[in-house]
Formats: sequence, structure tokens, C-alpha cells
Amino acid sequence: MTETLDHDIPSFPMARACPMHPPAEYRELRGREPVSRVRMPDGQVAWLVTKHELARKLLADPRVSADRLHPAFPGRLTAEQRAATERVRRLSTRRSMIHLDGAEHGAHRKILTGEFSLRRIAALRPRVQEIVDRSIDEMLAAPQPADLVEHVSQAVPSLVICELLGVPHEQRRDFHEWAGMLVSRSVSIRERAAASDALNDFLEDLVTEKERGEPTDDLIGRLIARNRQTPVMTHDEIVGTAVMLLIAGHQTTANMISLGVVALLENPEHRARIAADPSLLPPAIEEMLRYFSVVENAPARVATEDIEIGGVTIRKDEGIVVSGLAADWDDEVFDHPDRLDFERGARHHVAFGYGVHQCLGQNLARVELEVVFETLLRRVPGLSLAVPAEELPYKDDAGIYGIYRVPVNC
Amino acid sequence: MHITADRERCVGAAQCVLAAPAVFDQDEEGLVAPLTVDPAGADGPAVRQAVHLCPSSALRIDEE
Repeated sequence: MTETLDHDIPSFPMARACPMHPPAEYRELRGREPVSRVRMPDGQVAWLVTKHELARKLLADPRVSADRLHPAFPGRLTAEQRAATERVRRLSTRRSMIHLDGAEHGAHRKILTGEFSLRRIAALRPRVQEIVDRSIDEMLAAPQPADLVEHVSQAVPSLVICELLGVPHEQRRDFHEWAGMLVSRSVSIRERAAASDALNDFLEDLVTEKERGEPTDDLIGRLIARNRQTPVMTHDEIVGTAVMLLIAGHQTTANMISLGVVALLENPEHRARIAADPSLLPPAIEEMLRYFSVVENAPARVATEDIEIGGVTIRKDEGIVVSGLAADWDDEVFDHPDRLDFERGARHHVAFGYGVHQCLGQNLARVELEVVFETLLRRVPGLSLAVPAEELPYKDDAGIYGIYRVPVNC
Repeated sequence: MHITADRERCVGAAQCVLAAPAVFDQDEEGLVAPLTVDPAGADGPAVRQAVHLCPSSALRIDEE
């Protein structure tokens, strides 16, 4: 890399001008330099990918690694934050499949794929419906305006994932708090470390307990049983996998529920059509996934060989950030990406990533979103925002985009 | 049109089943299990979409 040009390198992440739109720089970069250099918070230079075709190509390329312990792996922490505590490293060094490559990744993923098949997910739908109904009951009973985030957006995915994993319900408030701290940039490094410790300790104990006793009929229990038959993961990796599933299955869906409800409320015509015909929901959800692409700063990778792409050469051991949000607003692939068009075929978005690491829980997320939106429109036809959409507190400081509070009148 | 589905490459994302449910299914392990490898002509567009959506390039079609 040419050091003399360093002052020209923009900082990543870039700021949004409008809460519902990606940073304007993405569009400009996509046209001019779809694989371009950016400076990460820790000062390292990485490559930012903003074009849909190139994003898919790179994420499916076996010459990129997901190993977050690689020194060039693009990180969201500043060098100062990183150095401030060794404890944060505990979470980042505990391995789960999202950080593994090749055959090792494949083995870790395959031991879980059966848990997330469409049939298994469909079997969970009635239980998801019960959880959604109870959450909406609580929102309706709360003083008005009620916070949609507290009662529905966070409650539903939190309960669903805790139940799936076999985590006792009493812990769900703690979980929400810990998971929220780990993905926020606004909490202090000390708070983050404490949350990381608490989450790790709890899941460490839970896994140990399940390993010692009779196998339990929940995801962690079945994983332990399967792993005993054909050992793939160490005890530590099972704990890491539990931490990863809990975080991945929690904040992402919660933020999509908040943003999706606001999108429905802000588009009354679409809302009325979907309320009258819920079969219109699945394509509408794909469009919401594309439009918001909430895991906006991920996935990150490191090149393991020189890769020529988009007119540049990414050198071996250089970091790469593939912005799903930038890719999903590529106007060569999605006509007028700034329009929330519930009828466009948006299935080829990369909101769940692409390549072998594509989100394993994506179909569970789809079911949760469908049940939440359908039930809200049916049971709370008078639902409205208590403040203008542009005044909501958007998560400009978090790794996963969303809204902190959504006050609604029911 | 002939389909080759590589279970070794499959990562169980189920994009193929969602795109072409008449042609693709998943087995107990969540891996691709085609219902037919020689689908009828009418399924062509859905199968091509399934190939395009597959995140792990586990599907291949040979057009006749």
C-alpha cells in the first residue's frame, strides 16, 4: 500500500445523513472505486467493498479468511479500547464457526445445520406465535405510549433463542442486557468486559451442567449428544457456539422488528394491503431485510492470498470489510434502492451474508418477523408511532443498526 | 436440465428449498436433498434462481 496517500483514506464506519439511508459515501465509492481503502477505528487500513456483485464474489472466495485473531482482521474497537482490557479478548478468542475457515468451519456448521432446517423451524412456529401473543398482551397492558422495543422487539427473539438453546427464562433480562452491551459502541470498555464475562460465565456453567447430566432436549443438549458420538468441538468451542448463537439470534432480529414496524407504520398503503392479505408479507420482509441490512459493518475478512478484484489487488494478509448495506443499495442490482418496494423480488440481498458463512439462523429470523408483523397488524390495527419517525433514537453507535426505543400507541 | 447437488459443499441455508420447493428438499441433517435431478421445464426459472441464491455454490445445472 502506498503510504504517501494515507491522508486520503476515509475513516470507517462512515456517518449516515438520514437514519433510513446508508452513508452517502457508499454510493460515490461504488461508482468510482467499488473496492476502496478505509481506515478502521484501530488505525489499520482495510478494503471496503460496496458493490453487490463483488461482495458476493469475495464472500464466496476460498482465499478469504474469517479468522478474527489474524492481526489484520478489521476490528471495530480502537487500539486504545483493545489494549484497555485483556478480558474482552476472552470472548474474541473463544472459537465458534463464524471465525473458522475451510474444513474446520464445515464440520462445525454441519453439526448444527439439522437444527435450522426449514422443517425444524416450521415446527417452532406455533411456539413463536404463543411468545408473540404474550408479548403483545404485555404491550397492550402497559401504560401508553408503550415501548415496542421493550415489549416486542427484544422480548420475542430473546425468548425464542433462549428457549431454543435451553437457557432458563429467568435469565433473559440479563441476557438482553449483556448482548446489547457487546454490540454497542457507546458502552465503556469496562462495561463491555463485564458483560462479556457474565455471558461467558453463565454459558460456561450451563454447558458444563448439560455435559455432566443426562442430555437435555434442547439445541445445546442435542449438540453435546451429537458431539459425543462424533467429536467435532471441544468444550470451549461448544460454549463459544452457544455465545455466538445467543448474540446472533438476538440483536439482529430485535432490530429488524423495530425497523420493520416503523417501515410498515410509515407506509400506510402497504400496511393496509398486507393487513388484508398476509401472503404479501414474505416478499415485503425480504425487501425490509435488503433495505435495512442491519449487520452493516460485517462481515469482515482477511485475504490469505493476493486477490485481484474490482480493479485492485487485495494483498495477502490485508483486511476486508464487505458492507452488506452498501451492496444491498447497489442500483445496478436493485432499481431505485432508496425506495422501499415491497413487491420487488429482493431475495438476492446479502443481508444474511453470502458464501459458506451465510447466516444459519436466517429462516428462524424470517419466521419470527412474519409472525410478529402479521400478529401486530391483525391484533393491534390502531398501532401508531407516538413520535415522528425521524425523531426516534437510531443506533448510530452500534455494530448492528436499529432503534433504541419505539414509543407506540396501541 | 440436469441438477447436480453437492452435499459436501452444502451449508444448509435452504435457499434452494425456498426458491424451488417442488425440486429441492432438505434431509434430517439440513443438507440439500433434491426431489428430482431432472426437473420439468416449467421449474426452470425457479431452479435457476435456486442456483443463483445458493450461498455455497453447491448446485450446478447442465442445460441440454
